[in-house]
Amino acid sequence: MKAVFSPGDKVKVRAAEVATHCRTPHYLRGKRGVVTRVFGAYPNPEQLAYHRLGVPYQPLYQIEFDYQEVWGRSEHATVITADIFQHWLERDR
Amino acid sequence: MSADHHHPHHGHDGGHDPHAPVNEAHGVAPESALLERALRELLIEKNVFSADDLRRQIELTESRTPELGAKVVAHAWCDPQYKARLLAEAKPAIEGFLGIDLNLTPELTVVENTPARHHVICCTLCSCYPRAVLGIPPAWYKSPEYRARVVREPRAVLAEFGTRLPDGVEIRVVDSTADMRYIVLPLQPAGTERLSEKELVNLVTRDSMIGVSVLSAPRR
Amino acid sequence: MTRGVHDLGGQPAGPVDLAEHERTFFDQRVDAMMRLLAHPVHGHYTVDAMRRAIESLPRDEYFGLGYYERWVRAIRQLVVEKGLLTEDEIKRRLAALQAEARAS
Repeated sequence: MKAVFSPGDKVKVRAAEVATHCRTPHYLRGKRGVVTRVFGAYPNPEQLAYHRLGVPYQPLYQIEFDYQEVWGRSEHATVITADIFQHWLERDR
Repeated sequence: MSADHHHPHHGHDGGHDPHAPVNEAHGVAPESALLERALRELLIEKNVFSADDLRRQIELTESRTPELGAKVVAHAWCDPQYKARLLAEAKPAIEGFLGIDLNLTPELTVVENTPARHHVICCTLCSCYPRAVLGIPPAWYKSPEYRARVVREPRAVLAEFGTRLPDGVEIRVVDSTADMRYIVLPLQPAGTERLSEKELVNLVTRDSMIGVSVLSAPRR
Repeated sequence: MTRGVHDLGGQPAGPVDLAEHERTFFDQRVDAMMRLLAHPVHGHYTVDAMRRAIESLPRDEYFGLGYYERWVRAIRQLVVEKGLLTEDEIKRRLAALQAEARAS
């Protein structure tokens, strides 16, 4: 699967709910952030967890989130980063 | 405050080898101990693995300690070109310098603390940690309290470790949610510029490579 | 909103217990078993499967059990899932070990 995002791109984590294994933490669902790093593509852990092959590999990104965006109140000079797979991200204009 | 300051690479004072297990299944329910034994015996009987395989795996795991990370940090402080390579692509730089095999282990990124920016690493979902270099994570890193709170109140959590950052410093809480593992390259403490690389290795603590502690120059 | 028991980011929690815990033989053996069974080349399942099994533990077990106690339960579930052992074999061995413990 091709990497569609680049560093500096504004993205939003999908607000989806899943009952199965997932590496997108709840506290980041629906939150807006910026791509800071582009890692390679990796097998999808949501599939690997059930003994499936995890294909297609999903590009992985480090996303930076502002504290205020995540927790709804301002906190000086604090950001949170998390590594999120491409299929959990949408472009945010 | 942990004994981390006095023994950079080990968790405890005392004469015993801090890597040697203290006692059998301390604090573990009898059912758990029995289950471990049942599974181990059955899997060995079925040739899924051997007792030797287990022994070798234990030795391999025990061979990875914070001291390995400390050597990498000290070298990066002393050699700006190595530091640049380390920050660009951590795994080959670490493998090449330490002579350890990181093949088949998760990807690694080294993040640099600066006077303006301080990183602290966590895994809110489980306990992802750069084990292949630093060894087993401390119990607190795996605790629900650390995992729940460090992304929401990092400065309060750092204060519990006795760490207070100047006001203007940006904190970056790094949640290891996927295949990437992180090691912090701590800021070299002021006043240590004339120390040798070997002396610098002794300054670097496990907690500073996670980011819950900052390093200070040794008192004379 | 379905939030897994393990998905702790931002949840209310108390102070961090800084005590260091010595690693026991139990810890070492469970860790080693897990590494062998989830080995990328020679293993039988992935670390992701281990995580999924641990995440599916009931809440009281997830918070009530120690770290490696959770792992040993996940190993039990996964070796049966992958057909390495049967649940029956495990139960029989547990019964035999319990009888042995009582006899001594």
